[in-house]
Amino acid sequence: MTPMIDVTFQLITFFMFVLNFSEAEQDERIQLPSSQLAKPAEGVVEAPITMQLTADGGVLYAGEIIPVDEIGGSLQRERDIIVAADKDPKRATVIVRADGRANAGDVQRVIQICQELGFQKFALRALYKPD
Amino acid sequence: MPPPLPRRRLEKVAVNMTPMIDVVFQLMIFFMLTFNIIAPEGDFDVRMPLGKSSAEPPDDLQLPPIQVRLAADQEGTLAGISMNGEPVLDFGDLRQRVASFVDVALESGASLEDVELEIDCDYELNYINIIDAITAVSGRLEDGQLIEMVKKISFVPLQRQP
Repeated sequence: MTPMIDVTFQLITFFMFVLNFSEAEQDERIQLPSSQLAKPAEGVVEAPITMQLTADGGVLYAGEIIPVDEIGGSLQRERDIIVAADKDPKRATVIVRADGRANAGDVQRVIQICQELGFQKFALRALYKPD
Repeated sequence: MPPPLPRRRLEKVAVNMTPMIDVVFQLMIFFMLTFNIIAPEGDFDVRMPLGKSSAEPPDDLQLPPIQVRLAADQEGTLAGISMNGEPVLDFGDLRQRVASFVDVALESGASLEDVELEIDCDYELNYINIIDAITAVSGRLEDGQLIEMVKKISFVPLQRQP
């Protein structure tokens, strides 16, 4: 019996290490484009805001899909939170997770709306695929 | 007086393993089912303050930004690339042209920070092409070694709404 239990514990340990709950930001509705040069974020991103853009031009925010034109309000709230936490919106990073099939114009509009609220740093997210 | 208990030899106590194994199997099944292989994600950092565009008169020392134009057809597939007005075959070609541009700029004493690039794309263009373009211009791999190229990338403000 003992060898079997040993093996089973090994397996459990393996799966526990491999599992990561931290990537809660990921969503199956978004298929990121892939790139061989996308570099993993170094260190902790300061005050990250994630904007997820679906293929049909909606922004996935707080579990619902909002049209691009109407995200201003939610972003304004995010900005207020950042300001309330004594941080500068200029140094906050907006992480753009857009579907590869989304319109480039919609992505630009999201970025534009963020810019108008004073955000300057953007991170365009892609899957890292060395080939 | 009762008779003394017969002296027993110490017996081995058999621990009941079954419940533990049950729990362990449950755990294993849980971790196996929640296991999904996640491809690592990476970022392209773009710094874009508002109100800075090519309309601004450039400083004396500043190089003019490289203009990359990505045209799209109705469905959003890439229809054509051009760099500074010249047509470009594909992203590989674009990478070579940007590489030679950067090399010339570096030889003339500029630093990588001085090289700017503007992406001008059609509204309908699929976003994947933007990432491909940024991949093409932001660096190249030579013998597995990454050589950085353009670091300052911006978008030309949208001309029109759909």
